[in-house]
Amino acid sequence: MGKQFKIKKGLDIRLIGEADKVLVSANAASEISISPADYVAMKPKVLVNVGDKVKAGTPLMYDKNNPLVMICASASGEVADIKRGAKRVLENITIKADNEIQYLPFLIGNIESLSREKVVEIMCQSGVWSFIRQRPYNCVANPEKAPKAIFISAFDTAPLAPDTDFVLQGQEKYWEAGIVALQKLHSNIQLNIHSEKNKSSVITNTKGVSINTFTGPHPSGNVGVQIHHIDPINKGETVWTVAPQDVLIIGRLFTEGKYDAHRIIAITGSQVKKRKYVRTMVGANLSSFLSNDNIESGTNRFISGNALTGTTISANGHLGYYDTQITVLPEGNEPELFGWLAPGFNKFSNSHTFLTWAMPAKKFRLNTNQNGERRAFVVTGEYEKVFPMEIYPVQLLKAIITNDIDLQENLGIYEVDAEDFALCEYVCTSKINSQEIVRKGLETLYLEELESLKSHH
Amino acid sequence: MNPLKKLLEKVEPSFREGGKLHKFWPVYDGFATFLFVPGHPTQKGAHIRDGIDLKRTMVTVILAALPALLFGIYNVGYQHFQAIGQLASASTGALFVYGLIKVLPLIVVSYVVGLGIEFAFCIIKKHQINEGFLVTGILIPMVVPPDMPLWMVAVATAFAVLIGKEVFGGTGMNVLNPALTARAFLFFAYPAFISGDKVWVSLGGEKAVDGFTGATALSQFITQGSQITNSVGQPMGFMEGFIGLIPGSIGETSTLAILIGAVILILTGVGSWRIMLSVFAGGYIMASLLSLLAPSFPDNPYLAVPPHLHLVFGGFAFGAVFMATDPVSAAQTPLGKIIYGFLIGVLCLMIRVLNPAYPEGMMLAILFMNAVAPLIDYYVVQGNIKRRLKRVTVKA
Repeated sequence: MGKQFKIKKGLDIRLIGEADKVLVSANAASEISISPADYVAMKPKVLVNVGDKVKAGTPLMYDKNNPLVMICASASGEVADIKRGAKRVLENITIKADNEIQYLPFLIGNIESLSREKVVEIMCQSGVWSFIRQRPYNCVANPEKAPKAIFISAFDTAPLAPDTDFVLQGQEKYWEAGIVALQKLHSNIQLNIHSEKNKSSVITNTKGVSINTFTGPHPSGNVGVQIHHIDPINKGETVWTVAPQDVLIIGRLFTEGKYDAHRIIAITGSQVKKRKYVRTMVGANLSSFLSNDNIESGTNRFISGNALTGTTISANGHLGYYDTQITVLPEGNEPELFGWLAPGFNKFSNSHTFLTWAMPAKKFRLNTNQNGERRAFVVTGEYEKVFPMEIYPVQLLKAIITNDIDLQENLGIYEVDAEDFALCEYVCTSKINSQEIVRKGLETLYLEELESLKSHH
Repeated sequence: MNPLKKLLEKVEPSFREGGKLHKFWPVYDGFATFLFVPGHPTQKGAHIRDGIDLKRTMVTVILAALPALLFGIYNVGYQHFQAIGQLASASTGALFVYGLIKVLPLIVVSYVVGLGIEFAFCIIKKHQINEGFLVTGILIPMVVPPDMPLWMVAVATAFAVLIGKEVFGGTGMNVLNPALTARAFLFFAYPAFISGDKVWVSLGGEKAVDGFTGATALSQFITQGSQITNSVGQPMGFMEGFIGLIPGSIGETSTLAILIGAVILILTGVGSWRIMLSVFAGGYIMASLLSLLAPSFPDNPYLAVPPHLHLVFGGFAFGAVFMATDPVSAAQTPLGKIIYGFLIGVLCLMIRVLNPAYPEGMMLAILFMNAVAPLIDYYVVQGNIKRRLKRVTVKA
């Protein structure tokens, strides 16, 4: 049996632009793009050349830091471009996709009869292993290092996030198979559900896992927050995390013998006219599932992911490797006369300095304006209100800025990921980019760990 | 297009790199961002951001200080006309105008000197202009007596901005509260103008009525205990102190007006209720303990002053609400704030009651705790670290 957790600190940012729970069919992706920037500190080794024909499941590249795990094509087609930037750093691999996807077959047989080694091997070769990520660092899990548990957050509390119950509808078979495969990897699987957001029996009846129940606002859906409350990560420990839709991808591999990276994503944000769920795939081009005439006119920002942690992409960009939603917001590039003095009926604030705090039901069409200028740390106690961990967020950030690694470890850096600081960044009066600070801090520690492993060998 | 925006865009090029006035870019930038929240979209991290910024935070503090300031202006006039025996014949407007004549120059001097130095520093250091002084500039005139010579205020403000803040790196980096640094400077450099019985009521060159005494409640506590009177000999108690028509520094006399400010600060989330509450708690508890000693030391009547009087007279309430809560110089952790506030209350009472040289202890208590705040946070954070390390050993 699992445990119950009540998350009190946090903030649900009430944005206009949630997707209706309607699944519409999208055109097949005409282009697939895979980018090393979607992974933590990846040193890519490219395995294909321009002009190569690939199938869904053909390895495109791997990370020299984690060489057993292949990153594979999610669609079949022809390698159209291998783009490199300054210093020949790989930016992305683009595939011109076939209309009809051809899958590389993986011979599996009955999963129950497979050994753990065989399961790991198939997962690494087929590319699905890359959907298992590890904490600390949030990088792709190292298959050779045993974790203490696997955590799955069955709900997403980020702004306008997709509804997992809805997305998993009718996919019980793959969900179950995915969970069985994960059980082969580790006996301790912690499935975390939300008392109001997860009603679907697909999730709540999952067998062979501990089901923990959470209540409360964002970031209660962040798997890092959940781990912190269930079984916090100490120095030297590793846990693995998998997102619900990636469990399905793993499940499809073991039921159908193919790398089928389809995903149902939510099209969200106030600048989208008809907001629906669409079935597309990892790396798909935006224009295949979001047409121009479905976007409000004006200067818009396209985000792969949510408004707090997502990546800015262009209107003809691609869905990120781990993303399950697209958010389109108005750019906030208009100066505002005496904006710091105005009552601000269009502003949403966790402070109560805007009259809108007295309107708890109002939803907001927020734009991307920073709403002020960057300052030194001045206001205190702000981050703590939206940071539901027993960690001092400002002190940890300062330890990262000053590069004091002992202090970072003591203050719990291994328990956090950049996304856990997204709300701190949102509420910050001084507009400090704390996600970037945390990401860089973790990356430094990750690279140091890799170095020390190498020197041991 | 807005004509203001047009004007800004027209003059902007001369402040840019290579422009004639490039040196003064921080000044241009300061004014431009004062008029308009800039149209800067987010570049990294969270794509959307909270509506609040430091300007709005500071404006909220000023708003919260306004009731106390307005009351203070009125009270300067009230004390004046009461002292010269014309209170009955003077109109409310006349009281207010007299106060304004006294207080407005102090505000102007504080802002002109403080902002002037900030601007100069930003030009030399090529920094953006920070809004920290907006609050300091209003607090300095509120913690001085009405007849404080303007040049002294100017010198003290310059000292506070330079030594109290800029040498540490500007807003957000200072160790001590800048407004209290200014007051401490005045207190030690020109004690005759900011302590004693002569400075708290502005006579404006006119003759006081017979029996007039300019002594504040706190200085009367030393000799008379709680048997105190106002400047014309009428007895004073808790209500008089709470309302605040009494001699004192301009903004500190009315606990009522200060509490209105406290409500604004707490409701908006800009001021820490933890600090305010714990300062009052610390003061009350310490005063209660000290009053237990009163029977054993009959030669110190201050000991016998009941705790609730301590909270409404002198700078206690003002310090608790507007000075102790400065987030930069206060403790930063939630538990640290409670310890910090409580000790301010305790120290203030110790200084007031046990040291006859200083009838008021709030300023020194807060400045001392400003200096100690990082140490408090250090131990609070060490507690968190110990719990984390213990977690590992328990498992092992």
